[in-house]
Amino acid sequence: MDLFLQQVLNGLTLGSIYGLVALGLTLVYGILHVPNFAHGALYMVGAYVSYVTMVDFGVNYWLAMIAAAGVVALLAVLCERLVFNPLRHAPPIHDKIAAIGIMLFLEALVQMHWGAEFRRMPTPYTEILNVAGMTIPAQRVLIIIGAFSLMAVLHLFLKKTMTGSTIVAMAQNREGAFLVGIDANRVAMMTFAISGGLAAVGATLFAPINLVYPAMGHLLIMKAFVIIILGGMGSIPGAIVGGLIIGFAEAFGGFYISTDYKDIIAFALLVVILSIKPTGLFTKGVR
Amino acid sequence: MNALQKISDFFMTPAMKILLILAAVLFPFVASNEYQIYVMALAFVWAIAVYGMNIITGLCGQLNLAHGGFFAIGAYTLSILAVDHGWGFWWAFLAAGGAGALLGFLAGVVSLRLKEHYFAIFTLCVGFIIYLLIDKWEALTHGALGIIDIPAPNGFGLVDFTQTTPFYYLALTFMVLSIWLAARIANSLLGRSFRAIRISDDLAESLGINLMRNKVLAFVLSTTYASVAGALYAGLVRFIGPAEAEVVHTFDMITYLLVGGIGTLMGPLIGTMAITWLTQSLQFLEEYRMIVFGPMLVVLVIFFPRGVVGSFLTWRGRRLAAAQDAQAESAAKKKPKANNTVNSSAREAGNHA
Amino acid sequence: MLKIDNLTKRFGGLAAVNNVSIEFEANKINAIIGPNGAGKSTFFNLVAGAMPPTEGRIEYQGMDITGMACDRIARLGIARTFQTTNLFEESTVLDNLIVGHRLRTQSRLWDVIINSKRLRDEEKKCRARAQEVLDFVGLSHIGHRITADISQEEKKRVAFALALATDPELVLLDEPAGGINPEETENLAGLIRKMVEHGVTVCLIEHKMDMIMSLADKIMVLDHGEKIAEGTPDEIRNNPVVIEAYLGSDDDAAA
Repeated sequence: MDLFLQQVLNGLTLGSIYGLVALGLTLVYGILHVPNFAHGALYMVGAYVSYVTMVDFGVNYWLAMIAAAGVVALLAVLCERLVFNPLRHAPPIHDKIAAIGIMLFLEALVQMHWGAEFRRMPTPYTEILNVAGMTIPAQRVLIIIGAFSLMAVLHLFLKKTMTGSTIVAMAQNREGAFLVGIDANRVAMMTFAISGGLAAVGATLFAPINLVYPAMGHLLIMKAFVIIILGGMGSIPGAIVGGLIIGFAEAFGGFYISTDYKDIIAFALLVVILSIKPTGLFTKGVR
Repeated sequence: MNALQKISDFFMTPAMKILLILAAVLFPFVASNEYQIYVMALAFVWAIAVYGMNIITGLCGQLNLAHGGFFAIGAYTLSILAVDHGWGFWWAFLAAGGAGALLGFLAGVVSLRLKEHYFAIFTLCVGFIIYLLIDKWEALTHGALGIIDIPAPNGFGLVDFTQTTPFYYLALTFMVLSIWLAARIANSLLGRSFRAIRISDDLAESLGINLMRNKVLAFVLSTTYASVAGALYAGLVRFIGPAEAEVVHTFDMITYLLVGGIGTLMGPLIGTMAITWLTQSLQFLEEYRMIVFGPMLVVLVIFFPRGVVGSFLTWRGRRLAAAQDAQAESAAKKKPKANNTVNSSAREAGNHA
Repeated sequence: MLKIDNLTKRFGGLAAVNNVSIEFEANKINAIIGPNGAGKSTFFNLVAGAMPPTEGRIEYQGMDITGMACDRIARLGIARTFQTTNLFEESTVLDNLIVGHRLRTQSRLWDVIINSKRLRDEEKKCRARAQEVLDFVGLSHIGHRITADISQEEKKRVAFALALATDPELVLLDEPAGGINPEETENLAGLIRKMVEHGVTVCLIEHKMDMIMSLADKIMVLDHGEKIAEGTPDEIRNNPVVIEAYLGSDDDAAA
């Protein structure tokens, strides 16, 4: 039973991080219809920025997180301005290739500067809590609380603020949004900034119980794509629910089936689901 | 302008093809060392795979990110059969092509029901599953150790393909065959059906083109190309590991394709050659090549989405059209009264081209 | 020619097309009008087989084609053009049209590999058909141009030609005169008449009322997915329900 609860905790940890990363991806997709293959690289850059600000500059964990969010948000906006915006009307294959180009560039750049070796990110929260016979590392609690509070903040932002509701409006109906005079450029930049920020925060939360290396975003971005296909591309609740589904599937699959193949679970799930329902689980309508 | 015109016209003649083949045949004699011949043979092998990618992605417009995975399937099928089961090279080679076609068919039937982004993401995942299986399924693939002592192609006592130069000619033969078939397909009604799908699924369907059948055919052709290339690769390099299935190879191939000209006939060859020799001449680039390739991909899709060959063809097409317009105009001036002659003389000009 | 019974298409709970029945006669110009979002394009998509209807029946030349796949319907002789003209911009105009006759050919991969006589004959046939339809739409003088370089009106004509290359008996035109000037619209209307003279039945969606009123033999008016009127241009012009629908919505009927 304890082991079972332990897996629930693992699933929740993984799921909340996956959800956070998928959320950024789904926002960008919903609004600009760009499948941002570079999102995993943004996540990776976020981890490196926090690492450097903490280790090299000795800055506090939380400030490092904010710095990372800021830098990556800026980077994401740059990508939007320099790459995705000029490709707005290009055939759909082009923005995907461009996104892959950005990803390759960022990874190679980071690898050139910091090398390919694995690094461990320090965290001030190293205690192990003992609750009801379970051993819970404090960082995991932090991940779960941090991720879900961020999701809550994002939800409030989208629902309660003017900027947030324009983003939602544009996600729901792009042509309609233009008709009512929404500044599409501003919304696009804003969306990329939020998406980048989420990725960086996710990376800073997750990296202390994982490792920091140039290819760290690969698997994550693919899983994030699986999640948003599961949850419906562009759907915000879908990303969170999808993240939790994959998180739990991996935690339990890794434990009860095989650790070797746990990374394959998400993809196997995708293959099965898309074979049955080519438009994803929670999508309605034609597309 | 006139010289330019003559050169560009020459590029389109059969003589140019013969010249290219001749240059390739003579290359080992002018190469300064064996390593150069080896690099060239390797580039030919990659070019075959890129031609495959050009069928599904260039002609048919579906970004297949599992292409490197099918390359690895070819390499592994050959190696497993030849090393672990003692098959002769050419039987294993045939089986590798067959495995690429069969697995391509299965993957295609599932993945091609998805459109655009979904297809690209799905195939990215398929490529990753292939990688994970190769990496983890030790009983079949030897896992992270890889497979060593892969036999070279059997020369039946006539040729020794463990030598670089004979293999070079073997790779060249296969590449020329691949280009020949790719040209046949691209210029036929079949290729036109594929291109209609590239413009838009809806348009193609409204023209009575069966989407699924044509897409699966293009996909199977492309995976067969990839696995044949992979099998040749195994026969040349003679040891393989899970790294062969890494998605970065797919990205490399996209780069070759985009530089040369996506959807064009000579683009895959030119792109592969150009990038291979560029990385060779800038050795320090090898590990960090993506620092250059990444931004290059971005710049290409924004400013030169048709690559070297595509840009050339468009430029040439415009010039030919302008020449014909000028011709039609001067013909019309001679007979200013008969307005209809503009049409007919232009049509004649069109028939001559 | 085309007989439609109680056709309905629902997305989620919303009916984009609701219980529409109509009959289109052969060799006539039939128009579908209605305010934006009235379900006109959905109606076309249903007829062309791009999506299956929720309810109802579509009969084409006495044959039930309800829910049939798009490409099969095209082979039966229903062609269509789209609101946005999608063409292969980098190829010549003529090159774009050759694929139009592909559905009347049989060649497969094997023919391609051995370059069979059947393939060569069929390619000749497709090329000849492309030249023919290019002549028909009056563009033979620009067949050699790169498609990206021709005007919007010419692209519309190429799209017509592409649809005609499939040897259709019924052509569905979705806003053929969208985005072109009045004079060009007039020319395009002439071309549509010429198509009918050559035995093709036309069915079109259009916002330009002048064009519709002078061109159509029969008009169907859709509003919120429902058929609110059908009849000759004169009948439609004086129909109070139609006037109400157009004045009631903010759509500019005069445009």
